[in-house]
Amino acid sequence: MHDDEYILKVENIRKSYGQTVVLDSVSFNVRKGDTKVFIGPSGTGKSTLLRCINQLTVPDSGRVWLNGEEVTHSGSRINYFRQKMGMVFQNFYLFDHLTAVRNVEIALIKVKGMPAKEARKKALLELRQVGMEDWADHYPAELSGGQAQRVSIARALAMDPDVMLFDEPTSALDPELTREVLEVIKNLARDGTTMLVVTHEMGFATSVANEILFMEGGRIAEQGSPQELLSDPRFSRTKNFIGQFREFDREM
Amino acid sequence: MDAVSILIEWFPYLLSGVVFTLALVLASLGLGVLFGLPMALGQVYGTRLARTCVGVFVWFFRGLPVLVLLFLFYYGIFPSLNLDLPAFVVAIVVLGLRGAAYQSQIFRGAIQSIGEGQMIAARSVGMSRFQAIRSIILPQAMRIALPGWSNEYPNVLTDTAVCYAIGVMELLTRTSQIVSQTYVTMPIYIAAAGIYILLNYSGMKCLSLVEEKIKIPGFGHQSEESHA
Ligand SMILES: Nc1ncnc2c1ncn2[C@@H]1O[C@H](COP(=O)(O)OP(=O)(O)O)[C@@H](O)[C@H]1O
Ligand SMILES: [Mg+2]
Repeated sequence: MHDDEYILKVENIRKSYGQTVVLDSVSFNVRKGDTKVFIGPSGTGKSTLLRCINQLTVPDSGRVWLNGEEVTHSGSRINYFRQKMGMVFQNFYLFDHLTAVRNVEIALIKVKGMPAKEARKKALLELRQVGMEDWADHYPAELSGGQAQRVSIARALAMDPDVMLFDEPTSALDPELTREVLEVIKNLARDGTTMLVVTHEMGFATSVANEILFMEGGRIAEQGSPQELLSDPRFSRTKNFIGQFREFDREM
Repeated sequence: MDAVSILIEWFPYLLSGVVFTLALVLASLGLGVLFGLPMALGQVYGTRLARTCVGVFVWFFRGLPVLVLLFLFYYGIFPSLNLDLPAFVVAIVVLGLRGAAYQSQIFRGAIQSIGEGQMIAARSVGMSRFQAIRSIILPQAMRIALPGWSNEYPNVLTDTAVCYAIGVMELLTRTSQIVSQTYVTMPIYIAAAGIYILLNYSGMKCLSLVEEKIKIPGFGHQSEESHA
């Protein structure tokens, strides 16, 4: 079947808040193993787009498919689809009352019904993958931002997602902590994890993405491989946008 | 007979009033949690109808003096329903419902102080709304609510003395019985006051031990921050 080619399909997503059109018919497809990076000025609907994909925000119209199954209008089955679309937030959103390992295992136990012992084992494995196994028994308040974000990545990975959604995973972090988180995400990309990443880290974007999607005013304004976007004169807007960041980086 | 030997003679009778007083306290706190927590959840997550019902309930039970509530239920509402309930049971119902009204607002404030990210993250890993409330929101809310909830203990304890007015055999009722039988006043009231103070102190001590025990490093400061 034609559908099988794509792991995730996003079709004509629209979302408005009152008079403000935040997403204006956004469509794209994702193949298994793709790393798609979304860039663009703030307020252009990047976060809203990611949240519309796993229905944390319900779009006004448009449809989303995961592995050929419709995610939109899926009723309570959305709780299954959300496991399959791991999400990482700018502000981590770790469960404040739980240790790192409890953060990772709680959904395994409560949602998947996994026995506690098995869940613990899997949680520790996921923590190891993000280099946080030594911090398993620490509470979120005892972790640095970079460490907390790595735990939140482990929490999402524990559900064995088909796609990972990263919403500015390093924007709340100091530069030296940004690196350790980007390293983890890069490794995931290298291991073939399918992911959508919203970021302002242009170096990361150009080195890891299969495709960069430049969003502006609720639309995908330009999209292409990093090489295309940087060399092809047709993609002037993306290049200008990236250029601003380059200058900014140099000033830092 | 001198005052001391009278006190010694009646002390067991006085002490058995403590059982009733403590039962009233536990009923008020227990029913307060049992009904107050669902009421708080109804106010935060419920429909408009649920919110209105809880609002009216809270307004009623917080708006009237305890004594008025006791008389209203003991002489008014229950008799008119042809229910001939003992004063003790009426007192438990009234203090319990009143406790629920007050405590629901403590729980509601705690739930609302939790940053929205907690619910969002819980839903993002596939928890239903119910699972998220149960496993993520409530454990945090209970910890946040505990100090305020603990402060209800002395309030509730002192409120139990009002049940004297409908003849519940609690501490104050027995105290005045002894006074009117023996005509010894000061030592008996001092003994009663001592017992109240002891109950108050030991109860608060227990609650702060619980607070200490369930304390989580950094939790509390952090949620205020993320809420700001
Ligand atoms: N819940 C909401 N209610 C009203 N407006 C919102 C809401 N969420 C986002 N918006 C608006 O939608 C626009 C896009 O926001 P967002 O998706 O966060 O953009 P980005 O992530 O690209 O910075 C912004 O103007 C924002 O104010
Ligand atoms: Mg955003």
